[in-house]
Amino acid sequence: MSFVLVQVIVGGLLLGAIYALFSSGLTLVWGMMNIVNFAHGDFVMLGMYVAYVVYTLLGAGPLLGAPLAALVLATVGVIVYFALIREIMKGPMLAQILGTFGLALLLRYSVFWWFGANFLSLPQDIVGGTFVIGGLRIEASRLLAGVVALLVTLGLHLLLTRTSLGSKMLAVAEDSTAAQLMGIRPDTMQAIAWAIAAGATGLAGALIATFFYIVPTVGETLAIVAFVTVSLGGFGSVPGALVAGLLIGVIESLSAYLIGAVYKDIVVYSLFLGFLWFRPQGLMGKS
Amino acid sequence: MRRWLWLTVGLALVIAYPLLFSTPFHQRLGALVLLYAIAASAWNIVGGYAGQVSVGHVVFFGCGAYAAMGAYAHFGLSPLVGIPAGIAVAVAIAAVIGVPTLRLSGHYFSMATIAVAELLRLIVTNTDYLGAAVGLSGPTVPRNVFDVSFISALPYYYLFLTVLAITLGITWWMANSRMGFYLRAIRDSERAARSLGAPASRTKLYAFMLSAGLTSVAGALYAMMFGFVDPESGLGILISVKILIMAALGGAGLLFGPLVGAAILVPLEEISNNMLGGKGAGLTFVVYGAIIVLIARFQPGGILTLIKRLWAKRGKRAESPAAAGATHAP
Repeated sequence: MSFVLVQVIVGGLLLGAIYALFSSGLTLVWGMMNIVNFAHGDFVMLGMYVAYVVYTLLGAGPLLGAPLAALVLATVGVIVYFALIREIMKGPMLAQILGTFGLALLLRYSVFWWFGANFLSLPQDIVGGTFVIGGLRIEASRLLAGVVALLVTLGLHLLLTRTSLGSKMLAVAEDSTAAQLMGIRPDTMQAIAWAIAAGATGLAGALIATFFYIVPTVGETLAIVAFVTVSLGGFGSVPGALVAGLLIGVIESLSAYLIGAVYKDIVVYSLFLGFLWFRPQGLMGKS
Repeated sequence: MRRWLWLTVGLALVIAYPLLFSTPFHQRLGALVLLYAIAASAWNIVGGYAGQVSVGHVVFFGCGAYAAMGAYAHFGLSPLVGIPAGIAVAVAIAAVIGVPTLRLSGHYFSMATIAVAELLRLIVTNTDYLGAAVGLSGPTVPRNVFDVSFISALPYYYLFLTVLAITLGITWWMANSRMGFYLRAIRDSERAARSLGAPASRTKLYAFMLSAGLTSVAGALYAMMFGFVDPESGLGILISVKILIMAALGGAGLLFGPLVGAAILVPLEEISNNMLGGKGAGLTFVVYGAIIVLIARFQPGGILTLIKRLWAKRGKRAESPAAAGATHAP
């Protein structure tokens, strides 16, 4: 019994690492520009479809699919920033929320129109089979996805805190006018932030696609997961997103195992509302 | 004076519409326009006037729809009996979402509404009492007029028109009351409004609860017309999208904005569904998404604001030789 529980928790941690990765993208943009990307889940979905297309056209697995998804989504991120975000940031709240929400619909239903509503998936053995460590059965695809996601999230944190690019981005987030006076271009920094955020999200999509179902509407569920993670971890905080993502992954797996698979989303969404009620500033945030 | 003239002409046209276009297709289309106009006008109270963008308004729509069908399916009562229950549940849910989130920035409110919509859809889909994935049905053969089940769309048309008139009346009254002034102040600058003593969170909450109750009525009417409700038609995110886009396209925060939006989009959707069939559903929402993005990017005020501005520009050009001091008529 307790052994199965360990199995479930390990599975949850590996899934949670991916949640952490794409939630980092959301939290980065939110913290830096105070804008919530309602199309964020659909960026993950696009990453999944890039991985799927790479597989069907070239027969290649995540080794090619994941970097390509990151690249494609980074490009999408930059385009979205210059074409839409830069303008709606100056507008009223209505425009900010409508803008990214409309983008979500546009992406979701373009994919729906092109690929249809069918559930797609990559072959189970695309990464290699299942292996056993100390009695724990772990699918290679989940292990690869979880470990890569964890490393990239940590890398993202280091990029933001230890490099000059990261300092410049933080400077723009703090006070974009002051940053401009110091010779930093806010526009460029924000475009880079969108490229990084969307790229990380696309990568997460390609990784999760190796074992998850692929469907145009999957972004809706994943967007809410990202909202929960970010509100739990405190907005703008990558380490917060990491801890919260792992926690959500474990909670989801445990509730799927203990209560039933259909209820796992109900538990996570309720958790989100609970947090809004009692700790809107997140687990680690200050009020 | 001229404003009242336009209003009377408009009202006469709306009343005469189903008699002028008497085919079942046109009458049904007209009824649907009015139905969505009710829901979008209700959304407008919180989304337009209070400036809090709810992207999960289908929750309240679903409350009304399920309450109306539930009253019939479980108790054999007229679906009308379900309406007060639907309103009560909708207002309660609005309070649960609104109390914590309306204190925070608008993003939290939007995220919470979307999460609650999904949460409720999942719960209902797994609750046998509410028909689970199959849904609940209304009366197939009406016992009397209180079952609100008609073959023709004509009675629905006039029923919806009445409810729309009441909804717009409430909106107008609210916009011109103390609450309306508070809301406008809050929307322009919440910090300034608070500092002048406007009870910001409470006013937004009242607007949200009012909006929720009215949306629930729209949901009940919808279920009565179609005779059934299931998780997709009563709680699907796409209903939220339709409600929101109609108000935003016509003009959020303007009394007749949602009606204009519904009058444009409902026929458009019917036409595209008829022409493209099932495949059209995806394409319709691609177009919806594009419209929302374009509104947000270029014209957050919607079509009516655009028309008003063009009208004012034209008026100014025509008046400028005459100079000021000429027109002081109300």
